[in-house]
Amino acid sequence: MLLTIKTTRYPATDLGYLLHKHPAKVQQFQISAGKVHIFYPEATDTSCTAALLLDIDPVGLVRKGPDSNEFALDQYVNDRPYVASSFMSAAIAQAYSSAMNGRCKDKPQLTEEAMPFEVTISVLPVKGGEVLLRELFEPLGYEVIASQLPLDTQYPEWGLSRYFTVTLRHNLPLQQILTHLYILLPVCDNDKHYYIGDHEIEKLAEKGKGWLDTHPAQEIITRRYLKNIGALTRQALEVVLKDEVDEAVTDKPLKDKLRLHDIRLQTVTDILLELQVSSVADLGCGEGKLLRLLKDNPVFTRILGMDVSLRALDIARSKLKLDKQPLSQKDRIQLLQGALTYKDKRIAGYDAAVLVEVMEHLDELRLPALEKAVFGCARPAHVIITTVNAEYNVLYEKMQPGSFRHADHRFEWTRAQFREWANGVAARCGYEVSFRDLGEIDPTHGGPSQLALFKILMN
Amino acid sequence: MTRIPKEVNNIHIPELSLVLLIGASGSGKSTFARRLFKPTEIVSSDVCRGLISDDENNQSVSKEAFELARFIAAKRLKRGLLTVIDATNVQPEARKDWIALAREYHVLPLAIVLDTPERTCQARNLTRADRNLGNHVIPQQINQLKRSLRHLRKEGFRTIVHLDAVEAMDRITCIHRDKLYSDLKHDKGPFDIIGDVHGCYTELCNLLETLGYGVDREQAKLLSAPAVTNEDGYTTCRKPVLLGDLVDRGPDSLQVLRLAMDIVKNGHGYCVPGNHDVKLKRYLEGKDVKLRHGLEKTVEQLQHATPEFLAAIKDFIEGLVSHYMLDDGRLVVAHAGLREEMHGRGSGGVREFCLFGETTGEIDEFGLPVRYNWALEYSGRAMVVYGHTPVPTAQWLNKTIDIDTGCVFGGALTALRYPERELVSVPALEQYAVPSRPIGYNAGSPLSLQQQFDDMLDMKDIAGKQILQPRYGHSVTIRAENAAVALEAMSRFAVNPKWLIYLPPTMSPAETSTQAGYLEHPAEGFAWYRNAGIQQVVCEEKHMGSRAVVIVCRDEAVALKRFGVAGEGNGMVYTRTGRAFFNDKVLEQEFIGRVNQALINTGFYDKFETDWVCLDAELMPWSAKAQALLKNQYASTGAAATTALSAVVAALEQAVANGAPAADLLNSYASKQLQAQKFVKAYREYCWPVSAVNDYKLAPFHILATEGKTWFEESHEWHMQAISDICAGDPQLLLATSYRVVDLSDPAQEAAAISWWEALTAGGGEGMVIKPSRLLQVTNNDIIQPAIKIRGSEYLRIIYGPEYDSPENLSRLRKRGLGHKRALALREFALGLEALHLFVEGAPLQQVHQQVFGLLALESEPVDPRL
Repeated sequence: MLLTIKTTRYPATDLGYLLHKHPAKVQQFQISAGKVHIFYPEATDTSCTAALLLDIDPVGLVRKGPDSNEFALDQYVNDRPYVASSFMSAAIAQAYSSAMNGRCKDKPQLTEEAMPFEVTISVLPVKGGEVLLRELFEPLGYEVIASQLPLDTQYPEWGLSRYFTVTLRHNLPLQQILTHLYILLPVCDNDKHYYIGDHEIEKLAEKGKGWLDTHPAQEIITRRYLKNIGALTRQALEVVLKDEVDEAVTDKPLKDKLRLHDIRLQTVTDILLELQVSSVADLGCGEGKLLRLLKDNPVFTRILGMDVSLRALDIARSKLKLDKQPLSQKDRIQLLQGALTYKDKRIAGYDAAVLVEVMEHLDELRLPALEKAVFGCARPAHVIITTVNAEYNVLYEKMQPGSFRHADHRFEWTRAQFREWANGVAARCGYEVSFRDLGEIDPTHGGPSQLALFKILMN
Repeated sequence: MTRIPKEVNNIHIPELSLVLLIGASGSGKSTFARRLFKPTEIVSSDVCRGLISDDENNQSVSKEAFELARFIAAKRLKRGLLTVIDATNVQPEARKDWIALAREYHVLPLAIVLDTPERTCQARNLTRADRNLGNHVIPQQINQLKRSLRHLRKEGFRTIVHLDAVEAMDRITCIHRDKLYSDLKHDKGPFDIIGDVHGCYTELCNLLETLGYGVDREQAKLLSAPAVTNEDGYTTCRKPVLLGDLVDRGPDSLQVLRLAMDIVKNGHGYCVPGNHDVKLKRYLEGKDVKLRHGLEKTVEQLQHATPEFLAAIKDFIEGLVSHYMLDDGRLVVAHAGLREEMHGRGSGGVREFCLFGETTGEIDEFGLPVRYNWALEYSGRAMVVYGHTPVPTAQWLNKTIDIDTGCVFGGALTALRYPERELVSVPALEQYAVPSRPIGYNAGSPLSLQQQFDDMLDMKDIAGKQILQPRYGHSVTIRAENAAVALEAMSRFAVNPKWLIYLPPTMSPAETSTQAGYLEHPAEGFAWYRNAGIQQVVCEEKHMGSRAVVIVCRDEAVALKRFGVAGEGNGMVYTRTGRAFFNDKVLEQEFIGRVNQALINTGFYDKFETDWVCLDAELMPWSAKAQALLKNQYASTGAAATTALSAVVAALEQAVANGAPAADLLNSYASKQLQAQKFVKAYREYCWPVSAVNDYKLAPFHILATEGKTWFEESHEWHMQAISDICAGDPQLLLATSYRVVDLSDPAQEAAAISWWEALTAGGGEGMVIKPSRLLQVTNNDIIQPAIKIRGSEYLRIIYGPEYDSPENLSRLRKRGLGHKRALALREFALGLEALHLFVEGAPLQQVHQQVFGLLALESEPVDPRL
């Protein structure tokens, strides 16, 4: 909402020429999201401060109408009017356009001159905290003074907010400072972007010329700046759960799970090949990574992918390129939405069912329902189930004792617990079961993941 | 074959049949059909030819035209509609397909033969320019028809109407549609349905007397039946309905038959045949029947019977109808039960099913066919009462019940009182026979048969587009995309579906106020109900917490018995989307224990004759459940707003002090700063730290259901009083809601209620809810909006943002549409009600779940979340 630029270079009022804004006036501009006011809290020869006050219309932001923003937010209670975000970049570009483009009509020599500047942003959201803030600005030579705001002074136990009051000091031509701010403010925020179209890439290239390609955080800057506008589309799920969306819905898994996942999928594929099955149901297929492995092998003539998440299925559909299948392949792969807590005729009739890291996303009390749906009703000849091995968690340095590897995990089992459950299922439903460890195996704690292979008993 | 004489002007056909017109081209089939049937009942091969080739006479598309005709006919028959096939049908191959179709849908195939003379056919065809048949065609068709005539019955036609003169056809002016023998929908009972008697005469008499009938035991006659007077003042007698298997194995099959014949002959009651009865008939007809499975005993008892009596028995059994549909189709009785698609249908298949049920084709270790439990898949509207398979106790499963409790094997003779759904049994006096297969299924399970079945819900009734028909209001359509979202929410986050017997509906605010400074005001709410014709409303304080449905059972045994839930404690608290309110199981059970104790202390369970209750409530503080939302959205926005605005005000003050013309700007931002502070104050009202049960407050506002009963018919005052009684049992945890009753014709009462609302909201309260005096009020099948909320001005800051009440914002925010929200609230309300009703009636969980699932799906309809 408020961004001030101060200089003490004598005569400090030259700032007015540089910004092309008269220090004695209060000026106003219209931008798409609201108004911008430019005024000077102080303007003397020794110290001059220009304030850019961004006045976002909170109602206009939400209300969709002919004149309002196309990417309207759906919440009126929103930090956007009060923080520096991509709206602030847009305001800088418009209000300070000549300075940003290195033009100064009356004193052109000033544009090239490095001057001592102090920029203060009253509220800057930084996803990534002070560490990231410093990683972004310090390599460019800024002195960074940041103080993080508490969420609510009355409830200190709620902790700190993601907002900082930030002061940046540097000796640079103003054009460069504005350019840095233009790119880096939305990078800090990393929230909803109001950019559209390909020209954003060109803008980044243009504004980043001379500093971005050598910046150590170049990758993160580029990625965040060009953040996919798809992030704007709030999931329907969040709409349903409105006031109850918590971390469980949104958290990301630990990074080092990625390679392990490939191992798991390869192992599962190998087992399926050994079993010489031709039809496979991947229950809880997610984004369809296993389906893609299976698809490439013609021995699998009928493949089903089922997941409860529509979004995952959409991704799977596009990654599998199901819309571009030749006619002969049309019925080979099927995707459908379903949940393993319901019995479902559509998953019956496959040689093998595969549940890769699925069961731990169900409440333990719902496992009898899964057992009935898969082993009682669908009854494929083979079932492969993998799940994480809780014993292995001690080997992850970052993990807190007692925590789970993924925020949506409802339980994580030791090998003994998994075996007890799987043996019980086998006994109740007429299967035999064997086990193996998955991933890099530790002599005492086993593999990071574990697998059970069930075979139906024909009596 | 019925040859219709020339002077007869009407024919009778069963009201549900597949009518084949048989006649050569030009015989007058289409004219006959058009004259005597509805246009939509006629499926014409010529029309089908036209539909797919633009030419009704195009013989090259005959195959496709037949497929289309068959498709249409199948759809109609499935829905139970009479269908007339207008095609020549002179060849046996053509008729074979139609007979197969009739069998598939268990309807009677019927032939009407239009045996028109050849020259008439030829003459008619000559007048038709569009039809150019070769000269040989009609003689050939007539030849085929003549040859067919005597085979029709063998082909499977039950009724054949032969019209062999043009005059005979023309004279027919009316086709009477006769009800099927099984159709007793007009008889609404009440009934006492009695299971397999198997010659246990004394027990049958004992049972009838227990039920209130008078029996002449020696003469085997019914002397009297208990009379009941219904709500409209009509007095009727109860009727016994015997489910068949009257004979075999037991000591006195003869007397049982006598009594049954007396009951049926005099119209005192009904009887359907059982497989044993039919076998006895075959024996009496002299067929080769093996004397075993108890028939040998019956035959022995019949030794001294007179030939007249034997003939009467044979006629009696012969005349029994396979099954009956009673009480507007709400009740079906059949010896071995009946699948829904066979209700009220007539075919050999139906009769077979009624007598023997369904078998898997396998033979078990006792040498008996393995029975397939059709009731597992039953989801029909009608209640099905049957016997045939002896069970240890009669139990409901998917609206069906097997009441053969094995009297002859030493069990009991059981009757189901309808519509009371009450079971009455008398014990067997002795064991007369030994079953060749042990009686009972999974008898060790603590769950009822229905609960065992309920363990597995089926995807088929929830996925995709669904149309639900709740008993109040209109039908509700659930769109496939909303069902898909609900599936994700339900399966990933919701509690055990056995607890989910209700979800609360959404609530709409009042019409937008036009008073300065207000977006919502009670005046609009009162006006709305007044216009809806409501005399009296109740205003309840709206607590700001999280909506919670609280189910409390007296103990864990009740949770198991009534909800089929084991090992999850004796209750559940869940949110409006079906998620567990407490993440901490121990805290949850401690909470429920406290509510339970309050219920016990205040004598609730005894007063309400129940051992569980489902409450609709608000659970505070808001911060307990909405912690993430509070931090990420409310506190964050508050922190950002107050910090940013104080920096802005400071900068502007400095500018003004230094002479910049920024005074106006300063004023406007100073007021924004004030609004931001008020915003923080507003949300803080609803936050307090919780670490133990004592930190929570539960404000129930509605007693939703107890054993066997929902409480929607009671007034809100009644609810408030009953709840206040409970709250007295634990004032630390439970909070009675303050309320007042307002007569809408009295302006003074209205004004007082408005002042009350102003005081509530000035003190930081969320506002109030206006409700019609009773929650469920229905006029002309339209439900009156059950509640309208009026939110306070400060509370609305956390809905519409800190600066919402600036005049320039308020004027824009006033433009809001309530229609969608209102319609949604009604649909959700109707589904919630239906779910609860079904639960208290003991319906299968699948049906309860369908409603709750639909409600959750409706929640994903795009609607302004701020309303």
